[in-house]
Amino acid sequence: MSAVAAAAPRKRARRAGTSPWAYAGITAIVLYCLAPFYWMVVSALRRPADQFSNKAFPWPISLTNFESAFKPANGFGRALLNSLVVAGLTTILTLVIGITAAYVLARLEFRFKNVILAAIIATSMFPGISLLVPLLKLFVSIHWINTFQAMILPSMSFALPLAVFNLTAFFKQMPFALEEAAQIDGASPMQAFRKVILPLAAPGVFTTAILTFIAAWNEFIIALSVTNKQEMRTAPVITSLFTGQYGYDQPFGTQMAAGVVVTIPLVILVLFFQRRIVEGLTSGSVK
Amino acid sequence: MTTAVQVPTPPARTVGPMRQDRRRGVGRFAALLLSPTVLVLALVIGYPIVSALRLSFQVTHRGINPTTGMVENTTHVGLANYAGIFSGDSASQFWNAFWNTTTFTVAGVAIETVIGVAMALIMHKAFRGRGIVRASVLVPWAIPTAISGLLWKWIFQSDGIANTVLHTHVLWTTEGFHAWGAVLIADVWKTAPFIGLLALAGLQVIPGEVYEAAKVDGSGPWRTFFRITLPLARPALVVAVLFRMLDALRMFDLPFVLIGAHKHSVETLSTFAWYEASNLRYGTAAAYSTVLFLYIAVVAFVFVKVLGADLIGRGVEGKKK
Repeated sequence: MSAVAAAAPRKRARRAGTSPWAYAGITAIVLYCLAPFYWMVVSALRRPADQFSNKAFPWPISLTNFESAFKPANGFGRALLNSLVVAGLTTILTLVIGITAAYVLARLEFRFKNVILAAIIATSMFPGISLLVPLLKLFVSIHWINTFQAMILPSMSFALPLAVFNLTAFFKQMPFALEEAAQIDGASPMQAFRKVILPLAAPGVFTTAILTFIAAWNEFIIALSVTNKQEMRTAPVITSLFTGQYGYDQPFGTQMAAGVVVTIPLVILVLFFQRRIVEGLTSGSVK
Repeated sequence: MTTAVQVPTPPARTVGPMRQDRRRGVGRFAALLLSPTVLVLALVIGYPIVSALRLSFQVTHRGINPTTGMVENTTHVGLANYAGIFSGDSASQFWNAFWNTTTFTVAGVAIETVIGVAMALIMHKAFRGRGIVRASVLVPWAIPTAISGLLWKWIFQSDGIANTVLHTHVLWTTEGFHAWGAVLIADVWKTAPFIGLLALAGLQVIPGEVYEAAKVDGSGPWRTFFRITLPLARPALVVAVLFRMLDALRMFDLPFVLIGAHKHSVETLSTFAWYEASNLRYGTAAAYSTVLFLYIAVVAFVFVKVLGADLIGRGVEGKKK
């Protein structure tokens, strides 16, 4: 959103003041969004004996659920590390590849540009399941089951189109005089890109990195299907597969504790970078 | 594009060849920088799509070879996988999954849009507490779907908080209509805020003067909403709804974690195809996922054509409106 457009409603709101109805509405939104999350945190903090209590506050607070989530038998610590490796590498690779593509699509004139951009955007529509079946067959035959690359490569297929889409919007916003000036000074297109454009695009790149990381961290269907060893599972997958002591009872307390741990990095990202995330999410829809 | 900016006092003799040189370089430069992206997408999307299509026409039978007397897998090529959609014992399962996918998408996106727009209107009005609202709205979106599936499974336990608050004794996470409802509620919770954010962005680009003019003309709040706010926020809303529909059509994690694999009342095309694949019936799995892909493509096409969801134009041309 442009600065002018954003300033207009803010000024209007100030004049009108925030009415009691708006406060009630805000409260309703915050409750709607946070109540289930609150319930996850509260359930994680209960003593196993109080697990089925429906009181709003956990008392006494206990970290037993967290301890059992990290029990070696669950392999949860390793799963967190796997998630970090998969999501981190996916993000880095997606950015390295996506930045160059987005730059070309946003700044240069050449034939078939629209066709290429349309094709890249269209690839984000493919359902994960239709990619999964052949990839699974392929990965089985080349012995990629239970490897990081089997999770990272397909994950990139979802992340890359969106990253290119987002970054293209960011690159578009920068004045074209920048490259002109660089090239007049004798820089090659590559130098103009690397030394002038890229540093200025850093905020957009950062936003895209957060969105890509969150998407990769949340990926489930691929990570579930290309792994069958506990030590290669990612955190969301292993959390959903925790089993209780006797196989029948689902260890909800442990699962909620693990869920809180899996979610916390994302909630911290959201709290710190909310403005950037909203900007990144909406850049495609209103620009 | 390189000609758009006038260079002050251009040295006449050097500009001509230099510019031509640059032009010729652009095509090659572009191809060079685009090739990694195209390569990756060809590898992880192009190849599987072609391969899935091929696979979907293959039918594998396990039988005894009459000449050798050994048990062998024989592969035929034919339409049997697709024919199975219309006849045979898997037809009813397929259509059940198709029906569930459609009802989840239509009901889910409709409810999400109403809640999302309501949220956007409130957030737009609110002057204070914007930061808190924005941060909390992002929380459901950021929680991994698999984790939120577990969370809702916990909430919907037979003696869980949902039944306590509602004073009911519904066995939400067992088979039946209530399981369908549980998945729908969990999905709406997670994604309505996302629509709210996109709708809010749409509201924020409407200039305040329009509302002032409407006020002067004596337009009431409902009239203003339906005649001004909604039409002007439509482009952003159409994109939000399209994104959500494409996502809802391929729903997998939520019914899989919340209710379980291969459950009749919440089976979607994605979970059904996954179930087939995990039982090594790759051919039928590929056929079902191909049908799902075509379904999604048709929905996207209709959206872009009929409602004018302008995705590509925005990316290439920048601000159009």
